[in-house]
Amino acid sequence: MRAVITVVGRDSIGIIASVASECAKYSVNISDITQSVLDKYFVMIMIVDISRMTIDFTSFVDVMERVGNERSVKIHVMHEDIFNSMHEI
Amino acid sequence: MFNFKAIQETVNMIYEENLDIRTVTMGISLYDCQSDDIGRLCDKIYDKITKSAGKLTSVTAELEKRYGIPIINNRVAVTPISYMAGCLRTTDDCVRIARTLDKAAKAIGINFIGGYSAMVQKGAIDAATLLIKSIPEALSETELVCSSVNVASTKAGINMDAIAEMGGVIKKTAYLTRDGGSIGCAKLVVFANVPEDNPFMAGAFHGTGEPERVINVGVSGPGVVAAAIRRAGDCDLTTLAETIKKTAFKITRVGQLVATEASKMLGVPFGIVDLSLAPTPTIGDSVAHILEEMGLEKTGAHGTTAALAMLNDAVKKGGVMASSHVGGLSGAFIPVSEDAGMMDAAACGALTIEKLEAMTAVCSVGLDMIAIPGDTPEDVICGIIADEISIGVVNNKTTAVRIIPVYGKKAGEEVNFGGLLGRAPIMEVSRMSPAKFISRGGRIPAPIHSLRN
Repeated sequence: MRAVITVVGRDSIGIIASVASECAKYSVNISDITQSVLDKYFVMIMIVDISRMTIDFTSFVDVMERVGNERSVKIHVMHEDIFNSMHEI
Repeated sequence: MFNFKAIQETVNMIYEENLDIRTVTMGISLYDCQSDDIGRLCDKIYDKITKSAGKLTSVTAELEKRYGIPIINNRVAVTPISYMAGCLRTTDDCVRIARTLDKAAKAIGINFIGGYSAMVQKGAIDAATLLIKSIPEALSETELVCSSVNVASTKAGINMDAIAEMGGVIKKTAYLTRDGGSIGCAKLVVFANVPEDNPFMAGAFHGTGEPERVINVGVSGPGVVAAAIRRAGDCDLTTLAETIKKTAFKITRVGQLVATEASKMLGVPFGIVDLSLAPTPTIGDSVAHILEEMGLEKTGAHGTTAALAMLNDAVKKGGVMASSHVGGLSGAFIPVSEDAGMMDAAACGALTIEKLEAMTAVCSVGLDMIAIPGDTPEDVICGIIADEISIGVVNNKTTAVRIIPVYGKKAGEEVNFGGLLGRAPIMEVSRMSPAKFISRGGRIPAPIHSLRN
């Protein structure tokens, strides 16, 4: 089972590190990542494996939202099913 | 395998273009609540609703978090209350049930409950007559109860006696709720060919052929369609129709996912996804703005009906493959007060009630959330209903009237209902009287093409 974490906002040092360390804390494994910085604007998409996650999904969403608030970026965590439904026939 | 472009597209649809699930509606049968004692009936109704839908809001809150998609409304639709005929002896009995529905809705934290309804297309059972009489009081004494009356069908024809009755019911409801801009009328719909599995208010109820409980979902996404059209640029209409279809497919897939998961978590069968483009007063969530994006200077301009017809058809074609069961109203909604673009177009005079009537021939529902002067005579309201209903009957489609004669207001003024119901300019209507035609009563026979066997 996988989820997608998206991060959008002003670039600052350590955004990826803070998201990755929360993932590690709850046994969420990062399987793919893409990121770019355009005009100080940071965009990252991370695919993570949540099959061994140690907290429930909604709590993990809250954790990431908190990280986002602390760093003044928008972090969304969404279950893979929504992407599969929308983009696969 | 994930495609990062697709992920970006989904995230943009939700966070930039207002994609959301408009409503998750649980249909609940009340047949087993029948009793010949009104107090006992009310207790059973309250218990059945609160037990069946007690977890609805917590389940949708969890789905919202899991998929990152807002689910705007949680609602319940019940068996038309006029079918609780065994113990409806006075209008007070009916109003007592309305209060029970309101109390149950508040207890489970939903924002509307539908089913204070009657089906009278061919004639009214005694309980339906009582219920219709009680509507003004029921709507003025409750906050969350929605009411609907089906006065016609392609099979049965048009019950003009019921339409004559509804003119008075609407005026009285407007008067009794005059302190809130006659808001009671925003919770009352008069239908032709009413669908029995519609998840949208105010017309939702749980039809007679439905299972004990059911989950129906209404999707939305005018902003997503408008953005897709903008991105398509100066293409021809065939390409534009393809663009709308693809977008509608994606929107509906989300609805199907939420419906399936909600049904699994609640242990209630999945009914249908309603493929409607449902606007809200929020900027960027307007059906009128889609039409303007398609190339009209303002909604209401000549060409509006053609643009809407194409939009409505493309939404259905795209959506139908995305869902295992499609139902409800399924089409673009054009409520004036609930759509920022419609409001602007009506306020500047580009959009008139006559043009709205023409538009309803090619899209979902009908004359919806239209505010008219408070002194509009009853027979004129009946005439408006009869016209709209006949469009539905002859074209074998659903049409409806949700019209608000705002007490004490004149054409050109404005009424503000707040929230999802929005604000609306008071639109002028023809003052020529149809009184003699309406007072003839009786039934307009079913059209010839209703004989399809």
